[in-house]
Amino acid sequence: MSVSMSSQTFLPAHAPAKRWIAPALLLAATIVFVALPAFKPPPFFESLLYLLFFWIALATSWSILSGFTGYFSFGHGAFYGVGMYTTANLAGTLSIWWCLPIAALLAALLGVAIGAVVFRVRRLRGELFALLTLALTIVLATIILNTPIDGGPGKYLLGVQLPVIYENSATTIYLMGAGVAMGSLAIARWVQYSRLGRGLFAISDDEDVAEVLGVPTYRYKLLAFAISSGIAGVAGAVQAVFVSYVTVSETFSGTIALYVILMSVIGGARHWLGPAIGATFVTLLNFTFVSGDSALAARIVIGLALILATLFLPEGVVGLFRKRRLAHVEPAPEAAPAAQPAPVVQPETGAVATAHPQRRPILRGEGISLAFRGVQALDKVDFEIREGEILGLVGPNGSGKSTLINVMSGFYKPDAGRLLLDGEDIAKAPAHHIAQLGVARTFQIPRPFPRFTVLENVMVAAMFGGASMRQAASSAKAHDMLAFVGLADRAQALPSQLNLHQRKFLELARVLASDACIVMLDEVLAGLTPSEITSAIAMVRRIHGGTRTIVFVEHNMRAVIELTDRLIVLNQGRLIAEGKPREVMDNPAVVRAYLGAPDAEG
Amino acid sequence: MSATLLGQSILSGIFAGSLYALIGLGMSLSWRYLRVINLAHFAFVFFAAYLTYEFAGVRGVNPFVVALALVPLFFLLGVLQQALILRFNVNEFSSVIVTYGLAIVAEALIQLIWSADYVRYENRAMHGNLALGTLLFPVADLVMAGIALGLCFAVWAVLHFTWLGKALRAGLDNPQIAASFGVPNQRLLLLVAGSAGALAAIGGFFVAVLYTLAPSQIFSWLGVVFAAVLLGGLGNPIGLVAASLLIGVSEAITMAITAPSWAPVVPFTLLILLLVLWPERV
Repeated sequence: MSVSMSSQTFLPAHAPAKRWIAPALLLAATIVFVALPAFKPPPFFESLLYLLFFWIALATSWSILSGFTGYFSFGHGAFYGVGMYTTANLAGTLSIWWCLPIAALLAALLGVAIGAVVFRVRRLRGELFALLTLALTIVLATIILNTPIDGGPGKYLLGVQLPVIYENSATTIYLMGAGVAMGSLAIARWVQYSRLGRGLFAISDDEDVAEVLGVPTYRYKLLAFAISSGIAGVAGAVQAVFVSYVTVSETFSGTIALYVILMSVIGGARHWLGPAIGATFVTLLNFTFVSGDSALAARIVIGLALILATLFLPEGVVGLFRKRRLAHVEPAPEAAPAAQPAPVVQPETGAVATAHPQRRPILRGEGISLAFRGVQALDKVDFEIREGEILGLVGPNGSGKSTLINVMSGFYKPDAGRLLLDGEDIAKAPAHHIAQLGVARTFQIPRPFPRFTVLENVMVAAMFGGASMRQAASSAKAHDMLAFVGLADRAQALPSQLNLHQRKFLELARVLASDACIVMLDEVLAGLTPSEITSAIAMVRRIHGGTRTIVFVEHNMRAVIELTDRLIVLNQGRLIAEGKPREVMDNPAVVRAYLGAPDAEG
Repeated sequence: MSATLLGQSILSGIFAGSLYALIGLGMSLSWRYLRVINLAHFAFVFFAAYLTYEFAGVRGVNPFVVALALVPLFFLLGVLQQALILRFNVNEFSSVIVTYGLAIVAEALIQLIWSADYVRYENRAMHGNLALGTLLFPVADLVMAGIALGLCFAVWAVLHFTWLGKALRAGLDNPQIAASFGVPNQRLLLLVAGSAGALAAIGGFFVAVLYTLAPSQIFSWLGVVFAAVLLGGLGNPIGLVAASLLIGVSEAITMAITAPSWAPVVPFTLLILLLVLWPERV
């Protein structure tokens, strides 16, 4: 088992015994930093620590959006700049204690405004998001430069009244820096282990799947953006007082964003502590080598560190430690869940009530149409899915089966038609909403979150799907479901360590953990060996458990006939037959669709 | 505003745009065909510019000899960089970070050799202005614009009318299948990387001829060039020329009408609108 791949699991840090360690350490560090000025350290020491705090706050806040979700922003300087200019313009008239929250608010609002537009566009991920944030920073800088916010020559912060806590106001700035840095670390840690964090990491691994499993991706990204830019705003507001002279070219120079990225990547952008480690490394390096050529040497070291970290430490320095720890932990959980005599639990049927004898319709499609670039993938399809049945959805390749599944799970929005789930039209509803209503699906080619363990993959479904459980409960549920599909002993493995058969069963475990009332299985048998197919068919039966509604898309006709209560057949986007499996298979239209029209018939 | 002033602004916009296209051409090719977003390209441009300053300016070597020597040298540098990127299997996103690291190192090295001060290469070969009516055409700008547009058209022609262009597109679509039809993917990628390096050298040569140099200015064209490359469409030299000229001229007119400090608003607003409203374009 490749240990090196397991660095991303965040379960070990969640072990109850260790839960209080990080907050306790953060609290202790805060107390030390706050008490430090009483011991009269040399002045340079305070300013060095302040710089460290500043970069820790900026880098940590950056990674709350960009590190956790993978949306790398090159525009972090914009939010920091909003904070700078808030203080620069308001500190003359308002107390600094008003400036800080206003700066946070303005920066967060800017983040949300940008996100509200950008996050709606599916293609704006990865490098395009990076580019967009870069361009926005430049536009914002130009506007500030040319309006009274700056006006060109820069702003002096004269006569800013700072409360004197120890002996001079420089120490007050130091204390504010300490507060912002420790606060941002606390927030980042909280985010990482919260429900929000799980969602953000899922977005980073596979956003579309996260959405289909019920993660409200749009809202979560906005929230992360707001937190991230808000903290950057506060850090900028304090920094303005520290430098006491604010210019556009310094504030919005690309180097701020690039330094923040560099620190986070070196330290590890997917962990709350990573950016702080990177910030400390880079700041100390820059501080140690300040003069002339040695400063250049420091820059070369930083550049090389960035390259080496990207190539060899994808999880940063933090990843290095976690690998170590997992190397110790790894063998144990292998046995733990499996040691219990893995009871074959009957999955709870969740929202599904006891099956009605007459099988009332639970989901009804009316006139569903969807075209892609002129190809009519679905053409006025009417169908219904009845409570507790196993409905087969068949048709030749390209007939629209997967498209229909994608429409029902909210992955695609139909051009026309209604989709009534218990009377509510979900045709235009976001996918996560449909998932929360209890509609779950598998993917034809399994799409587990690659950097989550098998257990965590299932937990996401339990937390965000119809079951919407708390984390602790979802862990228990996930263990149960893994036992149910026979993957209990692989709970701590990564998806890449499973074979295709096991990955398909992982998909099933996810669907079960969500307590879905309608389960759509998209070609779960494809690519399996005959003996694996037999066990998969048995598994589908057990998932059904007599009561759960299942939509079964399959090419394997033996399985279809064996399993399904009713069949609907699609051909070229049209529904061509519906009824009992045997009868439908003898329907001439169906035979034609599969085999073509015999010549004799013309 | 007088017609002459407007004409002269538009002219300077065309020249600025030509330089964006010249610098952007290599970026565009490597982004499209290598899936490498090469921030080090800007460092290459400046390194070539400083070498031009050093040899043509300080040591008095004939500038055309310098230009001819730079092209193969930077071809090799481009190949070397791409070989490393392939060796370590750097993906598109990591390429931004890795090449940014390279650019940091290059910037520090340039500063180490040539100091952080501004330097200027005073060339005599491409000096003076041509006058046409009331408009002035600086010779150096004319030569640069001619070569920039010529290179863009040449690259477009190669991509469209030769086996090479087809092979590149096939390799991009599906490397395995292209390979089974005899496309030497790996070598083609190195060829593209080398060409991008050579284009950086030519761009750098003209940056030295036209501008005052300082190591801190490496990324001063990052924004506009990115905007031009994306607006023009990745790997599309003609689109790049159109986008570059559009950006250059709109900047120049913005400057003439309002103030120079407003110049960036136009290209970046265009870029943002393009990304948000028409993301399929890129």
